[in-house]
Amino acid sequence: MTSVPVEYYLALAGLMFAVGTVGVLVRRNAIVIFMFIELMLNAVNLLFVTFARMHGNLDGQVLVFFVLVVAAAEVTVGLAIIVSIFRRRASADVDDVNLLKW
Amino acid sequence: MTPFNVPPIHLSGIAPEITLMIAAFAVLFIGVFTNDRFNHVVQPLVATIGFGIAIYWAVVSWGIARTAELQLSNMVALDRFAIFAKVVLAAFGVLTVWTARDHLSTHHLRDFEFYALVLFCVSGMMLMAASADLIVMFIALETFSIALYVMVGYRRDELAGQESAMKYFLLGAFSSAFFLLGIALVYGATGSTNLYGTPGHPGILSFLTGSSALDVGLLLLGMAFLIVGLGFKIAAVPFHMWTPDAYQGAPSPVTGFMASATKLAAFAAILRLFDVAMYSLRWDWRPYLIGLAIASMVIGSVVALVQEDVKRILAYSSIAHAGFVLTGVIAANDAGVSSSLFYLATYGLTILGAFAVVAAIGGRGERRVRLADYRGLYHESPLLAGAMTLFLLSLAGVPITAGFVGKLVVFIAAIQAGYWWLVVVALAMSAVAAFFYIRIIVVMYMSERLEPLPEGGGPAPVVLGAAGRAVVGVTALATIFFGLIWGPLIGLAGHATLFAG
Amino acid sequence: MSLPAYFPILLLTILAGAFAVVSIFVANRLTPRRWTDVKVEPYECGITPEEMPERERFPVKFYLVAMLFIVFDIETVFMYPWAVEYKALKAFGLAEMGTFIGILLAAYVYVWRRGGLEWAE
Repeated sequence: MTSVPVEYYLALAGLMFAVGTVGVLVRRNAIVIFMFIELMLNAVNLLFVTFARMHGNLDGQVLVFFVLVVAAAEVTVGLAIIVSIFRRRASADVDDVNLLKW
Repeated sequence: MTPFNVPPIHLSGIAPEITLMIAAFAVLFIGVFTNDRFNHVVQPLVATIGFGIAIYWAVVSWGIARTAELQLSNMVALDRFAIFAKVVLAAFGVLTVWTARDHLSTHHLRDFEFYALVLFCVSGMMLMAASADLIVMFIALETFSIALYVMVGYRRDELAGQESAMKYFLLGAFSSAFFLLGIALVYGATGSTNLYGTPGHPGILSFLTGSSALDVGLLLLGMAFLIVGLGFKIAAVPFHMWTPDAYQGAPSPVTGFMASATKLAAFAAILRLFDVAMYSLRWDWRPYLIGLAIASMVIGSVVALVQEDVKRILAYSSIAHAGFVLTGVIAANDAGVSSSLFYLATYGLTILGAFAVVAAIGGRGERRVRLADYRGLYHESPLLAGAMTLFLLSLAGVPITAGFVGKLVVFIAAIQAGYWWLVVVALAMSAVAAFFYIRIIVVMYMSERLEPLPEGGGPAPVVLGAAGRAVVGVTALATIFFGLIWGPLIGLAGHATLFAG
Repeated sequence: MSLPAYFPILLLTILAGAFAVVSIFVANRLTPRRWTDVKVEPYECGITPEEMPERERFPVKFYLVAMLFIVFDIETVFMYPWAVEYKALKAFGLAEMGTFIGILLAAYVYVWRRGGLEWAE
């Protein structure tokens, strides 16, 4: 059985991270920006797992658990903040939120 | 299957963190099982006792830490560097709790959850200063960041606060992703996330001393991303975009806390990462940090000149101060580490005092924060104006204040390391920065207020309760004290250059 | 540190950046936008959406419950490695997991007492 070379995973993770970064910078909707940040975190998770495979130790896989949990906590707080703005403003567009200079 | 050996569990290294977590839960439970009036009286005391016990645990281990050790499978360092940072962080926490008490009751906000957040936050910051493993560092970073996102948006009825919370959150999460990418690349390069390594499992330090210079490419890339992630937290240019907005929109006690404690925690991580673990790569990371330092000093000082909002001025000033501390980090010698710690400790006390004054003057809804609103403050409240003058002079680095000593020791360390030209830039920027500090001072001593408050009515009376007065008094005394008798604190900071590993 | 060592990294960085920018913009350009009534409905599968109240989209309770669910749900991820190595970890693993669950339980009690789980006002 042929296996996929490790470099492919690294390249995929790199591309995912780049898409996430550009998405954060280009998009204007807070929730969409947040989804791109999640994409970046998942790209890093893929990196961790790939490197764990390369090095033959489990550190990287354990790290993924922590990243998942921390990301969940972040989602919760982030959504709470966005929802509370949304309820007052009826918009989740970061450009509509302009009381302070960006 | 290899049998599992239980690792030795010593909790002395993280006793302060555990204490704060327990105190936070105690605050939450007392809060939900009793009424608000009781909470308002008792909860700040509970939080303060928690911080007190945490300081006790940290101080007790100062003697043990003469031989710095690593605990919990080398995940946590028990060394004097960490202990120094922990004690200072706990002090910042106490001051924040008492500044916030008045502020929260002025705004009719339920306060016990705020104290719990401060406790959680400081616990994460302490862990950050003690972390000997990148993943512990990440968890610590997120622990205090997530608590801070909530604290920034604590005044839920105000759109500006909510907006700054959202900006801080989005950019903070963005920077966390970069920090995490840095960890992943360092792990990919070295096969470990531990700075020091465990027996049979070499860490980053031993990788660097043991390997040829050729296979560090990936490590260098990871290092660059770690700088990006931490650069956001210390608010260094070009990662400072969130700072003015978050500082302006957040409640003033929180702003003071962010400027003092967050900076100290992130710098503690930077000092341990770069001045210890990646010391042998100093020729590779120095150019990045020099770039950040110069950009922060220049942009922070120059942009602050044209700001009209006192909180924004102090935000840009905090960016410039991040640049000044970075010169100590760049020196990468013992003097650099100890002077950075001294600088951060004294700057933190000063800025906490300054924001306590800003909170008092701002009043309900923090409407009175523009520079024009400070006109004639001296005639209204001579003591507050005097304290603010002292804080601003210290931030500017005028002799007989703590800020002067801090700048002096940091610059001496940088000169010792041969970076005299960086010090020249720093001195020039200190001179520029002096303008806007003096601008605020001049305005405060001007005869009378020119225009009424935007919302009409007479001038809102400056409210400062007993707790607020105590905080302003303590920080003002500390600012003078460390400006006159700096020896003991510098001595302690000098001992704090003892790292584990 | 020799420069050639950086070359693949540089190449990948450029490639990754270009790919990200190009794919987002090309997708934006090429997507045919033919809106029909059915397409703009929230559920394309045919469920007719209920009329929403004007100002309040959803009661905030939904969000609250969803958020609490996410946090408590994802924490169970730590139980999987423990479950796999349950026998090898013996009493130590049990004690560690007990501490972990204890902390979660404390958070749960707080949420409960604070009224986070009350549906009606």
